Formats: sequence, C-alpha cells, structure tokens
Amino acid sequence: MNTGTDHIIKSYDTELSRLTAEIVRMGELSVKQLEAAIDVVERRDERAAQRVVDNDDTIDQMEHDISHDVVRLLALRAPMAGDLRNVFAALRTAADIERIGDYAANVAKRSIPLSMVAPVQPARGLEHLARLAATGVREVLAAYQERDAERAHAVWKNDTVLDEAYTGYFRQLLTYMMEDPRNITPCTHLLFMAKNIERIGDHATNIAENVWFQVTGEPLQSQRRKLDQTSSADFSGLAGSGDKPARP
Amino acid sequence: MTDPALAARPLPVASPKFTVRDLHFHYGDFHALKGIDMDIPEKQVTAIIGPSGCGKSTLLRIFNRIYAIYPKLRATGSILLDGENILDPRYSMNRLRSKIGMVFQKPVPFPMTIFENVAYGIRHHEKLSRSDMEGRVEQALRSSALWGEVKDKLKQNALGLSGGQQQRLCIARAIALKPEVLLLDEPTSALDPIATGRIEQLVEELKSEFTIVIVTHNMQQAARVSDLTAFMYLGELIEFDKTEKIFTKPDKKQTEDYITGRFG
Repeated sequence: MNTGTDHIIKSYDTELSRLTAEIVRMGELSVKQLEAAIDVVERRDERAAQRVVDNDDTIDQMEHDISHDVVRLLALRAPMAGDLRNVFAALRTAADIERIGDYAANVAKRSIPLSMVAPVQPARGLEHLARLAATGVREVLAAYQERDAERAHAVWKNDTVLDEAYTGYFRQLLTYMMEDPRNITPCTHLLFMAKNIERIGDHATNIAENVWFQVTGEPLQSQRRKLDQTSSADFSGLAGSGDKPARP
Repeated sequence: MTDPALAARPLPVASPKFTVRDLHFHYGDFHALKGIDMDIPEKQVTAIIGPSGCGKSTLLRIFNRIYAIYPKLRATGSILLDGENILDPRYSMNRLRSKIGMVFQKPVPFPMTIFENVAYGIRHHEKLSRSDMEGRVEQALRSSALWGEVKDKLKQNALGLSGGQQQRLCIARAIALKPEVLLLDEPTSALDPIATGRIEQLVEELKSEFTIVIVTHNMQQAARVSDLTAFMYLGELIEFDKTEKIFTKPDKKQTEDYITGRFG
C-alpha cells in the first residue's frame, strides 16, 4: 500500500514506480497480442500470425527482467508491509501476464492450420470471447495501476460472463461438428483457441486477486461459482445441463 | 495520536508475564510515556521498535526500575509482573533485579576475569560452594553460546574478548542469576553482522527459558527474532501485534510509514 508518503530514500520510490510501469506495459502488450491474434484469424494471414507468435519472446523477456528487478528489490531494499505486498504482487502478476501472452500466441499459432482449410461459420464467434477477455485484462491492469481493489474485484466477478460465453461457444461448435464431419478439423482448432481465451480470463482473475491482496493484505476468497461447465461429467454439449451447479 | 480511540489496545495474551496499564513516565517536565497499555507474553520475544526518542528504551528501563535511582523521574500506572505491581516501592529492588536481567547497547564487562564477571552477580545473591559456582558459571557460559570460545581462558581479563564475545558474556552474566525476564536494549548495535547473528541465534534459544523484551533500531532484527512487535512513537504505543502482522500488514498508517522507511 502506498500510504501517500514518499520513502526517505527517493530512489526506492523510483524503483517501485518503474516496476509498476513495466508490468502495465507488459500487460498492454499481452492484450495487443491477443487482439492481433484474433485479427489474423479473421484475415487468415499466416505471415502475420507467425509475427504474433514471434512477438511473444518480447513478453517472455519482460517477465525475465521483472523477475530480476523483483529479486534485486528484495535483496537490496528488504521491502516491508505494503512495499512487500507490492513487490510480491508484481512478481505474481508478471507471471500471469506471461501466461496471457502464451495463450495469445497459441491462438495465433492455431490460426495457421485453420487458414489452410475452408472458412467455417463459427470462426467469427471467437472474436466475441476475445473481446471479453481483452476487456477483463485491460480493466484489471487499470485496477493494478490505480491500486483499486474494488475495480479488481469487479473484474474477478465478471469472469463468469466469459466462462458462460465459452460454454455457449463450445455447444455451438459441437452442433457444427455434428452437422458436417468436414467441420471437425476447423472446429477443433477453434475449440482449443476458445479454451486459450477462456484461460486468459482466468489469469485476469488471478491478477485481480493479486491486486486485492496488495491493497488489503487479505486473500480474495473464492466465492465465485465456476461457470465454465464444459468439463463437468454430465455436460452433453446440448440443452438441459446448463442449470446444474458446477464444481466450486 | 491523542485520540484514545486510535491508541493501540493491549493484545489479548494467554499468559502475560508483564501487564502494563496506563503507564505514564516523566523526566522532570517531559512527558515521555503517555498511557501505555500492553501485555507481554511469557517465554516469547517481544520487540519494541520506533524512532529515536519514542520512549522505547524508557519503557524497557521501567521494567527493572532503573529510573528509581535518579531524582525527578516519575512513573505512574502499573506494571504487574506475575500479578504483582513492580512500581510499588514495597516491591524490593533486590527481588526485582533477581527476576529481571538486562543487557545494554554497549557490552560492559567488569574489569576482571571472564569467570569473575559471571560469578560476581551470583555471589551477590547466593552462597555457593566452589564446585557449585564453577558449575553455574559454566552453565551460564554454555547458555550464552560462549563456553566453547572461553573455556580455556576463564582466568583471563574479560576486556580482552571481542565485542561480540563481551556482549555474550554480559548475557551470560545476566542469565547466571536465573532471571525470568531478559531485557535487551539494542544489544547488537555495536556488533558486526556475524556477532549480531550469534546474539540473534542466542535469543532464539533462550526464549524457551526466558521472557525476552528487546529494544532495537534494526527493524529487520525485530522481524527476525521476535514473536510480537510493538511500535512506539512520541511516547505512545501506536501498534502492538504479532510480528508477522506488523511487517506484512500493519493496521496503522504510522506503523506502515515507519517500517517501510517513509517516516519524515
């Protein structure tokens, strides 16, 4: 927690602000990667897809640099209380953003084989999921930057919307596959891509938990019902199972 | 922090060794402690931290009534040691000092042999045979983790020891009297990191036998050695809680500002 007072040692403040700024920059890059990945799916542009995949190295490098900065801060500044939670949250958040970057790159990678088969109708539905995920990540980054626990909590709660959208999309893909077996290959790719995007939402909720802990010193208790029901045993993929409560 | 509602409440302690209530202290006209309430648990390490002049050393010294030898110094309120008020003049100083040992910032060995440094205090309180005395001195030196280094030179002058050894000798001298409480007033501020580490290790070992109260300027030290930490500022107890809580999520802004190095 920043109590509004500067540290006696000014360079300590500079280092902590730089850490936050780097994480926000890394987060923005990961969202741009996700948006670029969706764009290449729509444009069926293999070369652009490869560029998105290659760009993930930048995010990986940033995570590496942030880990290095965190270790240095821990060793040289021995942060306490709010500063300690700040540095701890930074380390965890950087790891979450790194995963978000990986998932975005995975989406781009799968767009390459997808563009080699005839276009399928449900490909467009992916964009809706991606938009929800990108909004969540942007919101949670803003909450991180502003140290706004309530805003982070809102993102955390709102992940159910993405989970439900994913479940709906899953069902939709199944109907296409049942309708025509030639849809199975592209729809399977789309299914993996959708799952990747759904996981991005989970990492946004992890970041929300980091922000909550950083600000309040308390863990954000898991109260939210997991609404991605596609992994439950009795999920048929079709109507009738959506009203059953999933595992907590 | 004059609003009583904002002052730290005594932490509920299962078996308090000291129960401090509404303790005020004056150096002449200067009001050094302003209504301290705290319970210090038995056989645990309680650290007192705070900026210079906050009253932490004053508080520590009241626990063994050092102030009583100076005129114009006045303590009001109560400090119960196992239920008896040690501020009451009827509580004999000899009895108090036999229960409470103290170690200061600078090691102050007596200008005599290592053996005599430890034996001196014991003689003051008890008559022991030569062999019993040797046993007691050895036991105290072992407990203070000094025996291995001095067992072959017990007849040498204590002033020849290193600073860290001298400080451990002072701890040996204090624990030789089998006190119940050890008060440590910045015991490592004059020592190098290795000697400091040895004293901290010793504190860890001694807490199974003694109630330890340590005043330190070194917050990392408080974090490393103590179970509970009290933060004092301008003569008031601002916050007193489990050390882990104080150093990860203190309740008061002043505590947070101090331990994160923001105090202006």
